[in-house]
Amino acid sequence: MGILDSKEPQGPLADKWTKHKNEIDLVNPANKRNIDIIIVGTGLAGGSAAATLAELGYNVKTFCYQDSPRRAHSIAAQGGVNAAKNYQGDGDSVYRLFYDTVKGGDYRSRESNVYRLAEVSSNIIDQCVAQGVPFAREYGGLLDNRSFGGVLVSRTFYAKGQTGQQLLLGAYGAMNRQIHRGKIKSYTRHEMLDLVLVDGKARGIIARNLVTGEIERHSAHAVVLATGGYGNLFFLSTYAMGANVMAAWRAHRRGAFFANPCFTQIHPTCIPVSGDHQSKLTLMSESLRNDGRIWVPKRKEDAIAIREGKLKPVQLSEEERDYYLERRYPAFGNLVPRDVASRAAKERCDAGFGVNKTGEAVFLDFASAIMRYGKEKALTSGMKDPDNNTIRELGEKVVEAKYGNLFQMYEKIVDANPYKTPMMIYPAVHYTMGGLWVDYNLQTTIPGCYAAGEANFSDHGANRLGASALMQGLADGYFVLPYTIGDYLSDDIRTGAIPTDSPEFDAAEKDVKDRMEKLMSGTGIHSVDYYHKKLGKIMWNKCGMSRNEKDLKEAIKEIADLRKDFWENVKIPGSLDSKNQELEKAGRVADFLELGELFAKDALERNESCGGHFREEYQTPEGEALRDDENFKFVSAWEYKGEPSAAKLHKEDLVYENIKLKTRSYK
Amino acid sequence: MKLYLKIWRQKDASTKGQMVDYTLDGVESDMSFLEMLDILNEELISKGEEPIEFDHDCREGICGTCSLQINGRPHGPDTMITVCQLHMRSFNDGDEIVIEPWRAKAFPVIKDLIVDRTAFDRIQQAGGYISVNTSGRPVDANAIPIKKHIADTAMDAATCIGCGACVAACKNASAMLFTSAKVSQFALLPQGQVEAVDRVQNMVRQMDLEGFGNCTNTGACEIECPKGISLENIARMNREYFSASIKG
Repeated sequence: MGILDSKEPQGPLADKWTKHKNEIDLVNPANKRNIDIIIVGTGLAGGSAAATLAELGYNVKTFCYQDSPRRAHSIAAQGGVNAAKNYQGDGDSVYRLFYDTVKGGDYRSRESNVYRLAEVSSNIIDQCVAQGVPFAREYGGLLDNRSFGGVLVSRTFYAKGQTGQQLLLGAYGAMNRQIHRGKIKSYTRHEMLDLVLVDGKARGIIARNLVTGEIERHSAHAVVLATGGYGNLFFLSTYAMGANVMAAWRAHRRGAFFANPCFTQIHPTCIPVSGDHQSKLTLMSESLRNDGRIWVPKRKEDAIAIREGKLKPVQLSEEERDYYLERRYPAFGNLVPRDVASRAAKERCDAGFGVNKTGEAVFLDFASAIMRYGKEKALTSGMKDPDNNTIRELGEKVVEAKYGNLFQMYEKIVDANPYKTPMMIYPAVHYTMGGLWVDYNLQTTIPGCYAAGEANFSDHGANRLGASALMQGLADGYFVLPYTIGDYLSDDIRTGAIPTDSPEFDAAEKDVKDRMEKLMSGTGIHSVDYYHKKLGKIMWNKCGMSRNEKDLKEAIKEIADLRKDFWENVKIPGSLDSKNQELEKAGRVADFLELGELFAKDALERNESCGGHFREEYQTPEGEALRDDENFKFVSAWEYKGEPSAAKLHKEDLVYENIKLKTRSYK
Repeated sequence: MKLYLKIWRQKDASTKGQMVDYTLDGVESDMSFLEMLDILNEELISKGEEPIEFDHDCREGICGTCSLQINGRPHGPDTMITVCQLHMRSFNDGDEIVIEPWRAKAFPVIKDLIVDRTAFDRIQQAGGYISVNTSGRPVDANAIPIKKHIADTAMDAATCIGCGACVAACKNASAMLFTSAKVSQFALLPQGQVEAVDRVQNMVRQMDLEGFGNCTNTGACEIECPKGISLENIARMNREYFSASIKG
């Protein structure tokens, strides 16, 4: 096992978590009062962990860069949360959720972690309902479900198109209860700038108060990083503007291995880019693929006419349309996993069938769903021979009830009515499966430093299935970390409070201050965004939906050059000791400029295609991903060695004892 | 298009602020309002000036961070959206646009267009939750059936994003719509009944302590709310408060 010990419990898969919980050490309630835990990030993983750990009796400090914990980007998750409840009686089970997740991740995740995730999933729903999360219900009063990509059952629980918001507000409420009791101290508008290690253990952080500019020291017996993913590396993404990799990257520089950085999820249904001024991309929930059909024109001339505004999509007959997902993947149709759907859209657009001005968009069409629902509604309302207009009106109402807020969002951004004309969509960066390497206990390679939620790499392999991010965030925070962290902290019951006046804190604070002064000393003319946009273009063009050796090698060099330019020249107005948004952005982009290079290096080393990582050199004659289990059935865990180019690769071999490795097929 | 902007600049909480004029050319109609400000900021940075600080994060209308008073209206001229969803096609070439922070005693200005809304967090901390332990094993989620229309009405109240537009729109800077949204969500659901009396009393008490004004039923909050939170929630909170006073 070497340096990477996953600490997976032995024994049958289904018993591992129970056995582990029974065997690990606990901290008694009186001693918990003497132990401090820092949690960075207050999204689903951080918020739920903070609430639960405080409730258990630990003293918790939370940090977020937003002005309130409620604004973490988990709030933007739309579609839903998976759980193996089998309320629909459609054959779902813990095993099936486990199997779908491993297969969906293209066999690059750890069996034991994923099984545990599936096992605790139904607890999440119980917990959230008890907290008053208003999930969608059927007329009988029981919980409703819908389907997401890559599965054949309905196991997704949802609250309109705002499931992430409702789950986060549930966790925020649970946090608030503990803040009110004085068990959580919440630091908002604060950013972690470094991790402090004492005797090799994570013992605190250096943070900046974003309002006053003050650099602060905070100590604890353990530090949990729940800081989300690093998709903003691409500049344009569905992430919040402030989302960043700083906390995880600082931990990486202090010894935490970074796993599978190149595993990025490009979500197939986002509103296409409209111009160079664009700051952000907006997702249209995957739930829309339950009812929307994706197509481009069959004939290139029609695509060109649509691009030039000479033809309207509704003028094309059924025979003139290519529902390419239904054609290529008859079994799963429009509900193939995200990586497959994204690549298929890119393939059609690259072949010249794109339907917007830039040629980078496909249609997502609700016309047949509207008519289908309309007919059903007319029937159940007892209408006799309704005309098409009546059916359409009835159907539009049903669709509005299901997806109203998404349709409204689309209309506001694009200025087109999706009830009357198909939506235009294109893939965009949405999630990162890679992240800090963690063992079964969610501990990184630094003792006492944990990573939860999207910030770790553990559960989604090379591609995440829809509605599984919310599941993982809450599973880690409510049900996994509160147990596993106790095992580590049981050694700390006599340690006492960690002082912040130690040489280690002095040194870390000095590093942080030096770095910020260096950032402010740039002498060039370009702003932070200039560099960020350049980095984003390199990443999207050379490390995006499809990658090849030549592009990746170029990207590595271009990013290194850009990083050098950035450190010498970036122009940051304002001062260190006040609110300074440009300085905040600069610190984040500086880290992206290092991670970007490691990302490209990781993609270059992985000579196979799997999940979201598609190497053009490795594909089947039909253009499907060609995985290489013989040589690449491992997690790449990178150790920091100075420059990203010097990073050292460690491999955690993935062992599949309960699932047979197969070529992923959705045909 | 070319725009004439009047923007509130304020160095920090303790310094007096003022309106400053800017002219911005080359604005396109499919830009979002915040992207327009991004471009202005890039221009300011290239001239060596400090950019305008404003709060924003998700840029898709759900995090509740963005908070601009545009031409006197919270989140600008369109309805049912936040500033980040406002697009420049709502404006015309040559328009003058006045941009200010939320104005309320309970929301002190931090810098430029950024205000401190932690008062909202403290209202939630006073009782905006159901006190169930997260590490426990509650009953099965389907053990309590809830009528669909009740669940849907609770969901409508729960969609509040805590942006503060209701306070900014109100002549009294009242936080009744915000507070009542959370009170209503739990008053409607069976899970919320156990703590109903304490919840409404504690949250209203905190709301008053923070210095928000009273509600005089003008309804501006409902019109400006980007999520369409209904005034009915205020009525429901008043009923809850009244009945709690009798029971309490």
